[in-house]
Amino acid sequence: MEKSLNWREFIITRAIKASGYSAIVFVLLIFFFLMREGLPALSEVDASSLLSLRWYPIENYFGILPLITGSLIVTLGAALIAVPFGIGTAVYISEIAPRWMREILKPLVELLGGLPSVVLGFLGILVVSPNLRILLDLPTGLTAFTGSLLLGGIAVPTVVSVAEDALDAVPRSYREGAWALGATPWQTIWRVTLPAAKSGVLTAIMLGVGRAIGETMTVMMVTGNAPVLALKLNSLFSPVRTMTATIAAEMGEVANGSVHYHTLFLIGIILFLISLTVNVIASSVVFRAKKRAERILS
Amino acid sequence: MTDKIIIDNLSLQYADGAESLRGISMGIRQNAVTVLFGPAGGGKSTLLRCLNRLNDLTDIKTSSGRILIDGKNILDPKTDVIALRRKVGMVFARPVPLPMSIRENITYGMELAGEKRRSKLDEAVERSLKLAAIWDEVKDRLNDPAIALSGGQQQRVCLARVLALQPEIILLDEPTSGLDPISTGKVEFALLELKKLYTIILVPHSVQQAARTADHAAFFLQGELIEYDEGKKMFTTPKEKKTEDYIMGRFG
Repeated sequence: MEKSLNWREFIITRAIKASGYSAIVFVLLIFFFLMREGLPALSEVDASSLLSLRWYPIENYFGILPLITGSLIVTLGAALIAVPFGIGTAVYISEIAPRWMREILKPLVELLGGLPSVVLGFLGILVVSPNLRILLDLPTGLTAFTGSLLLGGIAVPTVVSVAEDALDAVPRSYREGAWALGATPWQTIWRVTLPAAKSGVLTAIMLGVGRAIGETMTVMMVTGNAPVLALKLNSLFSPVRTMTATIAAEMGEVANGSVHYHTLFLIGIILFLISLTVNVIASSVVFRAKKRAERILS
Repeated sequence: MTDKIIIDNLSLQYADGAESLRGISMGIRQNAVTVLFGPAGGGKSTLLRCLNRLNDLTDIKTSSGRILIDGKNILDPKTDVIALRRKVGMVFARPVPLPMSIRENITYGMELAGEKRRSKLDEAVERSLKLAAIWDEVKDRLNDPAIALSGGQQQRVCLARVLALQPEIILLDEPTSGLDPISTGKVEFALLELKKLYTIILVPHSVQQAARTADHAAFFLQGELIEYDEGKKMFTTPKEKKTEDYIMGRFG
């Protein structure tokens, strides 16, 4: 009896341990695979070609700068839309909305977060882009801005739900303290509740941006896929091509082991590094806030 | 001595049916410490929270009656609640330093009220910290985060924060419940000075504190005002049997 219990204990703890370690193993495997397939591109392709402004793999032009700027401009636009809108919504749900409204809004936002991105891309092609073309009088509605709008929509639920949790965790006593001093609801939110939830709100922003930069399907469908260097303000309203869309569109028809193939993996490495940077910044912000709190409590 | 506050037949019930008040009528004297005491759930905190309308933000099922401060009914929907809360300051049971420096904690309320002059703010910081008997302990580190202070110091900073607004009435809801005896003594000592300037309503955390501090005392039991009298009489010769039982420690 006791023996079998020990056995069960042994198996369960080992199984849990193994699944814990597997996460690390998978990340390392992915990382090594990316490096093995992507790094050869650095020696196979001339630096002048990599840094050129043309992405035309069939004629051996592998300029990745237009793809990087394409991703950045779409993500930046998405962040500019998602951050104010997302935090505004989170503040409304957590601080202002009456209880019944909150109970409707919270699940709705979470539902929005679960919407497949293909569906959003579909809406983008059929509704957003034609209307944008007419509204802004553009030659085409498939632009970086269209991508930003939809990506913003994808990032908003992430921002809202993480930021709302952070605001909700601010003790009620903070708010009462401010009210008792004669602060209006808005002054309380701006000077007390938001600063107290700062680290959580920053995490929300970072996660939202991370979500936007890694998104593939929607941007492939609505940004027009033209690999043009996007540095000027008006390139927001012309077609661009992002790193994710390039990989998704071309990986299926590339010869295994070719220069083009290696270059696509190089793009993958760059994406990996960008999202790693975003994550490291996010967690260091949270970590710093925690360390400060610990120092104060000790 | 005149009545600063007149509570007239105040009744209130929370939506979840928890604590409530039933037909409370009493007058509260200016420049004195009025103590509201009794077992938990008796309505003491609820009454305090009516006096600065902090209850507006809670779910209340029914409320009726009037509260007159300087002859004006503050329960009137037309009352300027923000101005009322500047006039009626409040200190909570657990110290609630706002996530700012000690200095900013004091000046925050004044800045909200529109005071921007640096000299006025500095003067108020010093004056109110002195009144709250904590100036000597924090004068060299006004820019440290208020959360870094000990519980007793935090609570006196919270008191100073209220004083900086130059209120007329100060509500204290078990201000010393989390403090050690020495800090408690300092807060009670500060009250003796403060009552010369302000009208003070205190919910004490023990009967002993009630007896030490009360000029006037009101005994609450399950939402009703059982007895209201001068502190000295109440704690030596209570009129009601229930009050006597509670003071003697027979229940509660």
